[in-house]
Amino acid sequence: MTALLEVRSVAVRFGGVMALSGVDLDVQEATITGLIGPNGAGKTTLFNVICGIRQPTSGVIMLDDIEINRIATQKRSALGIGRTFQRLELFTTLSVFDNVLVAAELAGVNDPRAVAHEQLLLLGLADRADIIAGELPTGSARLLEVARALASHPRLLLLDEPASGLDDAETQQLSVLLRQLKSLGITVLLVEHDMSLIMSVCDQIHVLNLGSVIASGTPDQIQHNPEVIDAYLGAVR
Amino acid sequence: MQQLVAYTVIGLTTGAIYALASSGLVVTYVTSGVFNIAHGAIGMIAAFCYWQVRFEWGWPAPAALIAILGVLCPVLGLAIDRVALRGLAQATEVTRLTATVALMAAFIGVAAWVWPPENRQPFRGFFEGNNVSVVGVNVGWNKIIALIAAVAVALGLRVLLYGTRLGIQMRAVVDNRNLAELNGARPARIASASWALGASLAGLAGVLLAAEVQLNIVPLTLLVINAYAAAIFGRLKSLPLTFLGAMALGLSEAYLLWGQGQSWFPETIGGFSTSGLRQATPTIFLFILLMLLPQAKLRAGAARVRERSVIPQWNTAILGVVVLIIGSVAVTGMLTRSNTIYMIQALIMALAVVSLVPLTGYAGLVSLAPLTFAGIGAVLMSKMPGDGNVLSLIAVVLIVASIGALVALPALRLEGIYLALATGAFALLVSILVFNQGKIFANGVAEVPPLRIPGVHLSQPRPKAIFLSITFAVVGLGLVALRRSALGRRFVAMKDSPLAGATLGMNLVRTKAMAFAISAAIASLAGALDAGKVAPDNYAFDRSLPILLLAIVGGIGSIGGAFFGGMLLGLNTVLASIVPSISNITRVTPGLIGLSMGRNPNGTSHQIATAFRPVTRHPLSLVIALSGAGTLWLLVVLDVVSHWGFFAALVVWGLGIVPNLPMLTIISGRPRTLCLSIAAVGMGVASFFDDVFDAAPTGGRLLAVIILFVVVGNAIRRVHTPAEPTSTSSPDLVGLTAFTAQELSKSDRAIKVVL
Repeated sequence: MTALLEVRSVAVRFGGVMALSGVDLDVQEATITGLIGPNGAGKTTLFNVICGIRQPTSGVIMLDDIEINRIATQKRSALGIGRTFQRLELFTTLSVFDNVLVAAELAGVNDPRAVAHEQLLLLGLADRADIIAGELPTGSARLLEVARALASHPRLLLLDEPASGLDDAETQQLSVLLRQLKSLGITVLLVEHDMSLIMSVCDQIHVLNLGSVIASGTPDQIQHNPEVIDAYLGAVR
Repeated sequence: MQQLVAYTVIGLTTGAIYALASSGLVVTYVTSGVFNIAHGAIGMIAAFCYWQVRFEWGWPAPAALIAILGVLCPVLGLAIDRVALRGLAQATEVTRLTATVALMAAFIGVAAWVWPPENRQPFRGFFEGNNVSVVGVNVGWNKIIALIAAVAVALGLRVLLYGTRLGIQMRAVVDNRNLAELNGARPARIASASWALGASLAGLAGVLLAAEVQLNIVPLTLLVINAYAAAIFGRLKSLPLTFLGAMALGLSEAYLLWGQGQSWFPETIGGFSTSGLRQATPTIFLFILLMLLPQAKLRAGAARVRERSVIPQWNTAILGVVVLIIGSVAVTGMLTRSNTIYMIQALIMALAVVSLVPLTGYAGLVSLAPLTFAGIGAVLMSKMPGDGNVLSLIAVVLIVASIGALVALPALRLEGIYLALATGAFALLVSILVFNQGKIFANGVAEVPPLRIPGVHLSQPRPKAIFLSITFAVVGLGLVALRRSALGRRFVAMKDSPLAGATLGMNLVRTKAMAFAISAAIASLAGALDAGKVAPDNYAFDRSLPILLLAIVGGIGSIGGAFFGGMLLGLNTVLASIVPSISNITRVTPGLIGLSMGRNPNGTSHQIATAFRPVTRHPLSLVIALSGAGTLWLLVVLDVVSHWGFFAALVVWGLGIVPNLPMLTIISGRPRTLCLSIAAVGMGVASFFDDVFDAAPTGGRLLAVIILFVVVGNAIRRVHTPAEPTSTSSPDLVGLTAFTAQELSKSDRAIKVVL
């Protein structure tokens, strides 16, 4: 098994604060990898570095063994990186359908309308296709972000707290979807606070605290890691 | 050497005035988040008021200064904050920016109204006539006072911001508004205080500047550009850097003035006169600074849904086009020649307004230069070989489109206010350095040839008006196609979330350049098709402001809105020329309508469209509506009703009765009889308008039409109002229908609920 994404000693400094200090982690192809940690641990910052919104102060991001540090944000989509946002970034004045359609068109797929429709069906949003995206309740809006990211056919999908604001049924639907994506060969990097979701779907988990990876392993290993329990899980139990 | 010292002193004093103005701008911007384009206009109003009390009423200078700077300006600042801007707190940056553009337009109108140029006495500076000798150079007291005031304000602001409770709160609000509020600061009050302070500083700068440039509305108002250039030097944050920038600007202006007096200074560069260079210095300074700014960072934008973007439908668009063309054929048939020319002006305005639909409406980019592109179009058309050949027109449109994209390119690195002001700076540069060249407008006039189409005489008003309606219709249909295309969706997506767009593979620079090119191309039509003698004044920077305002008021996202806005602007000019007594009011109206935006950010046309939507869905009503208009047309052809009667009846029918038609078919019994009687009486009065309001002047007739329309429309609506259908977009929202999901999540965020 080869690593699709390799993060090598990535550091990000905001003024005097080190948001990330020497993060190393691998994401294996066609797996679901969890990224957990307390608020402010640097999870979203790492996402921003991976998709090029923020340049790392030092360190290297490799996709398929190729360094992508210098590649512009808009070109990383063509390399197969897609993402959702923790603070929703929908095209709020476009319809639900058009949100996904824009993504499909930007990705240059054949028959973008069919692709858009397909993604909405997959996420269970097809019956809301004509609603203005800004009027969706939070749960559906999160699912729409996933649909939009999927429409550009990413190889690596970065999901930033997709389950926050979802009810139990929607969370269940999401976990089924995540497994489905994995079976389709899509690699998922998942930031989430819902531990039961993380523990049930992830193959591998990295724990981030104060800008550093403090543990990596299978869900079982992570759940029994004293350092993780101390820094993060302890607060949950 | 002596001379150089003299110019240095002049430069420093001018810089001091700029420093005063820009410090006020920075203080309001950082604490309230609103970039006040009307900053210079406030200074201008203050200068005029000072002149009024000091020289017309003969108050002593200290009393006048206290009245203006200590009372009037703070009150004005407070009023702007409370009345004009508070309602827009949740609106987009574009809307807030436009509100201050509206203020600027309104202030310019008020000044031109209250202080007409013919009765302006000279404005004398402080202790005028007495000079002081500074290092061997004679300097007027006004300049000395400007320098002292700048130093005092610099020290005063330092003490205020670092030594007083209010100042510390101001800085806290700048750092983190929410956190400051949680700790007991009141951001709204602090913003009000900073508006009052900012207005006073603008006023001080205005009074000092007026002594140098006299009471001229435009130079005083454009003080905002100088102030802005200096403020950008301080990145709109740092006051010390802002002061430094102001001094650098003042000095460069002075040295350029000195240079122009020297023999080695070239009078022309590449055939272009350099005489406008000094006037353009602040703008050039600003442009260079903007180019040096780092690339705008992609920011997570808090999404707001107050403004809607409605996808135009083909059937509505085609209906609109048919009505427009048939209407223009019908209306031009009965208008006098001079009225047809007014209509042509209105259509040209509509074209200029619609040029902002793709740019501002779809892509969310503000341009303060729509008429500059129109002006370039007119100039190119007049210089183009082929004398009105269609091919020349195509060439003009293509050239202006590429100029639009090119001009936009450096500006594209910027966003929001930076971008808007860069387009304003571009408009000024073109006005000063290009349009004022004798080469471009010989003796201040250029002759734009009418377009030559075989068999059509576009030099005649009527064919020209019809042709312009068709042009507008074609442009409108093109925009409908654009909005429904992948590119149009991309524009809107970029407006909503550039961040998400970029991560999905959108090239933001190219997308912005496309929007600018399309907008410039449409605007160029407004210039190139406006055949006849044109002057550079037609395309001046301040003329572009009403265009932007009316576009926003009409409803920037819609083509109908642009048409409505353009017609309103045209009607405004028509009113001013046929009823001179109200021409002062019409100067202020665009600004005032712009300020009404706070209540209705979607634009007026959105309201009207909502009223008409049921009609377009109801075939019977549609038939009745059209046959009613047809009957009127027939009556006027048969000479039964006069032209004024036709106009009045059309307004009452179209705006007052037609929207109520579907409802009239639903109700029955007495209410229906009552409604029909009101409608019949209203139409009767309107059709025989001239017999009822015999020999009334034009203004009186217009007023009567408006009253008639309001009375009939409202009377019918009163009799029977159908219950508004209630709908919930989602079952989650049952019981919370008053809130959209966005509002809920926003309040969640505000109270820090983590789901």
